[in-house]
Amino acid sequence: MIKNILNLGDAALYCDFGSDVNQEINSNVIKYFYRIKKLNLRGITNLTPSYNKLIISYDLNIHSFLSLKKKIENIEIKENNKLEKNLIKIPVCCDNNFALDIKRVENKLKLKSEIILEKFFSKNYFCYMTGFVAGMPFLGDLNQEMRLKRLETPRVKVPKGSVGITEQFCNIYTFETPGGWNILGNTPQNIFDTSNQSNPNLVNPGDTIKFYRITLDQYNEIKR
Amino acid sequence: MKSKDRNYFKILRAGINTTYQDLGRNNLYHIGIPFSGAMDKRNFQLLNSLLQNDYNSPVIEFAYQGPHLKYFGKDIFFCISGNVSFKIITKEGVIDGNSYQCYLLKNGDEVDIHSTNKSVYGYFSINGTFGVDYYWGSCSINTQAQIGPNNGNKFSKDLEIEIIDINNSFNKRKLDYLGSTIENIRVIKGTNYDYFSESSQNKFFKESFKITKLSDRMGMRLEGPKIENIVDPNIKSEGLVKGVIQITSAGDPIIMLSDHGTIGGYPKIATVISADYDRLVQLTPGSNIKFKDVSLEDAETLYKLYQMETNNLISQIK
Repeated sequence: MIKNILNLGDAALYCDFGSDVNQEINSNVIKYFYRIKKLNLRGITNLTPSYNKLIISYDLNIHSFLSLKKKIENIEIKENNKLEKNLIKIPVCCDNNFALDIKRVENKLKLKSEIILEKFFSKNYFCYMTGFVAGMPFLGDLNQEMRLKRLETPRVKVPKGSVGITEQFCNIYTFETPGGWNILGNTPQNIFDTSNQSNPNLVNPGDTIKFYRITLDQYNEIKR
Repeated sequence: MKSKDRNYFKILRAGINTTYQDLGRNNLYHIGIPFSGAMDKRNFQLLNSLLQNDYNSPVIEFAYQGPHLKYFGKDIFFCISGNVSFKIITKEGVIDGNSYQCYLLKNGDEVDIHSTNKSVYGYFSINGTFGVDYYWGSCSINTQAQIGPNNGNKFSKDLEIEIIDINNSFNKRKLDYLGSTIENIRVIKGTNYDYFSESSQNKFFKESFKITKLSDRMGMRLEGPKIENIVDPNIKSEGLVKGVIQITSAGDPIIMLSDHGTIGGYPKIATVISADYDRLVQLTPGSNIKFKDVSLEDAETLYKLYQMETNNLISQIK
């Protein structure tokens, strides 16, 4: 049962699962997302899970807010419904050409770059959501001592494949796009594949990510 | 295909942001892909109805200035929707065309789409089908994510537009329609409405905002009175829908349009109602707009009325 459903405009339900960002709340969002997706209800045009919200867009020709709200809020999820978790390993090169913000991160965190990278690579990360641009995963959580804010002035162009951190999160820029995260490296792996129509995303909500470090030579080898 | 059997347009001038569009792609927000699709759905619907095409047939969308096209092949009809100035260049001479009216093209004829008038988007199509590839069930080009035919890019000079099917039983049709404009954009208050000071809430509905040049298929940036945030300039990133009005850290509104990023972290002050979206996107940079608050129930009714009006226009095509 989803308790708190508001409207976002006149053609979307705004399901609020809480104000905090943690894996328990997010897992609940993701479970409902997969459950509703599987029901394949007529007139639902999009589902957007995020840290603690699920937005359900619908066709106004088919549903009104109140009728759809009633349908959605009564959907139950069985207690034993476990989230399917895939472990995905992603290579990252932290060569100076790629680690665009390593100096800034050193200064802000007051840690040496080698320590920062060691801490970064020592942890597995949980995928909270994907989006903003196609396939971009929002991952967490970074250790307490690794957390810092975004760049004061966002970059107009962040190179494709950049791996960045901000607050408790890290992400991968699947396309060249504007952005303000602190860039620690770059992956040669394609995270979003337009030609794969059935499953274009390498990383999906609920997955676990293990980053591993590669040399520039290995990077170029994979790129080739 | 032998060249004598081909029916195609050659692009002599691409125009601005010229792309294929249809109704767009659904159920991909969760991986970061927006709806896309024709910005002005009414003009999209009217064009396919005028040409007796399938309701979701691909059309060519352009902004401000359209393409200049030269036709090669057997006789075909074309039509343009929106408020558009264009010329038809044939061996007999040059004539000015009217929107919402079908014209015959013969081998070697040209259509030169000069501009949209006091509006942004116009649409061009034929009594038949363009040869396009489909991505997730849609041929809409999303240039930001490079998804769609033409490698997800807008049209360029010398590109050839293939026509794979012509409807031979077509009868020339027209519609007398002058278009529909709007002064106030009606909105529903947003999920973060209480993030803003009372005086800013009042300003949002009382004063006018100017549409800036930083507007495209992804979003429309506005300038006007600064909207003061008294809670937090950011929220935990969450899903967006088209029509959402976010307030940036600088206090300026930005309206999400059809190719918008699927997730955003700015507070939402309001959302444009579905009934006003087609007319919102046609407002040109420099225009001033005012927002008017309506209830959810009114918005639902207004959308039904808008759709009835569109269906009424379609029934007037003859």
